[in-house]
Amino acid sequence: MAEKFSERIIEVRHLNKSFGDHEVLRDVDFSVHKGEVVSIIGSSGSGKSTLLRCMNLLEKPSGGEILYHGKSIRGEGFNLQMYRAHVGMVFQQFNLFANMTALENCVVGQIKVLKRSRAEAEKVAMDYLRKVGMDVYVKAKPRQLSGGQKQRVAIARALSMNPDVLLFDEPTSALDPEMVGEVLAVMKDLASSGLTMLVVTHEMGFARDVCDRVVFMDGGVIVESDVPQVIFTQPKQPRTREFLARILQQD
Amino acid sequence: MPTAQSGFFEWVWFFLRTYGGLFLQGAGVTLLIALTGTLTGFVIGLGVGYVRARPNEREDGTLRYWLRKIVRGLLGVYIEVFRSTPMIVQAMVIFYGMSAVFHVNLPHLLAGYIIVSINTGAYLSEIVRGGIQSVDPGQQEAALAIGMTYGQSMLNVVLPQAIRNILPALGNEFVVNIKDTSVLNVISVTELFFVSKSAAGTYFKYYEVFFITACVYFVMTFTVTRFLRWLEKKMDGPENYAMHGSQTVPDVELIGKGGAQNG
Repeated sequence: MAEKFSERIIEVRHLNKSFGDHEVLRDVDFSVHKGEVVSIIGSSGSGKSTLLRCMNLLEKPSGGEILYHGKSIRGEGFNLQMYRAHVGMVFQQFNLFANMTALENCVVGQIKVLKRSRAEAEKVAMDYLRKVGMDVYVKAKPRQLSGGQKQRVAIARALSMNPDVLLFDEPTSALDPEMVGEVLAVMKDLASSGLTMLVVTHEMGFARDVCDRVVFMDGGVIVESDVPQVIFTQPKQPRTREFLARILQQD
Repeated sequence: MPTAQSGFFEWVWFFLRTYGGLFLQGAGVTLLIALTGTLTGFVIGLGVGYVRARPNEREDGTLRYWLRKIVRGLLGVYIEVFRSTPMIVQAMVIFYGMSAVFHVNLPHLLAGYIIVSINTGAYLSEIVRGGIQSVDPGQQEAALAIGMTYGQSMLNVVLPQAIRNILPALGNEFVVNIKDTSVLNVISVTELFFVSKSAAGTYFKYYEVFFITACVYFVMTFTVTRFLRWLEKKMDGPENYAMHGSQTVPDVELIGKGGAQNG
């Protein structure tokens, strides 16, 4: 891991998660450092999305600890709402608020959670909508937008909260192939701007070219974590090799 | 006054002239009770449906967990009791019960309003709960993920969509109530049916009077149904959107002004 990433934002310790008898995460240790772009790869059911969803408590961990700037996010008196406001999330299915316009999607959290004034919130929202190239669609409702456009608005919505970290849960998996590019372009842009990003993805090109570190998960554990050059050219674990051989063959 | 030999339409005309005002008054009371009762029932339904749709977890604290369980149980009893008995019976039990047990003589109109509200609330509670559960869970997750509390996510994201989804059912309930307030005649609420019965009884002309009554009910429900359909469309918003800062909007304005100058 490069030394320039020394400040830990989120630290996951001995994380366990089971759904009934099914163990999805087993003793996972993992951290995200300021300014780092990390991708989590692995086959379906390896626990990568669950790890991401545990990190902002959309799933409740069965055991272990998650620390945010050194404080346990499940500790007493921890402000979960403010934590979530600082840890943005972009979903596979976009999950834009269907009852609001693109602009309102980006404004409502700022007003209700960050208590910003409407004027300020709209200004911030417009800045980010412009950044993702969606500023002309501010008045559109989600059902009037294409998948790629929705995902770009969803990214603007997350950015409008000025997050410390942005979590992406397979952001391009639900998109038609020709729309994947426009979303990846926005994400590349963000990565180069210094935003801390954690991306669960099947886009190996993105993981290889854009990320500072790649984490490979299999069977609920982190098998290997290293810089992309190492993971993609000389992985140490046989399971990583097998997975990459399978995936890269498809490409 | 028409005689025994007079025809159907002569009697109808006679009743319209003599009792027209009374019919209107009765229709007014019917609409008033149906409208206020449905709205109050909707508020009850929102509250009860919200409570019953909220996930209850032991992690929130044992006391709170059991308190919620008890409240939910009681609300379940309320819903089942009012859905499993006819409103006409509920009217009798509540109106005469208040007077027999608590020695409170409710004004007839107020009693009617209370009965319709509670009855409608029981039905709408289940409809609201279904409406909340019909909204994609991802909507609430996204709201929670930007830091909203459970309540904020419900108020800003889930309920507006749930209410839109149940609007047809809500309108249906309103229409049912316009017709079902007729049962309140058993506790002497002077709604349309009660007024009609008095008028018809005076002359023993049931067919003629209730023909008018049927027409009045039909006009009321039909108008309300059309209005609700319009409201639904309005809530869905326009099909199209204007491009912000695009050339389209100024162009339209220019064409408009140019046209005015030419004309």
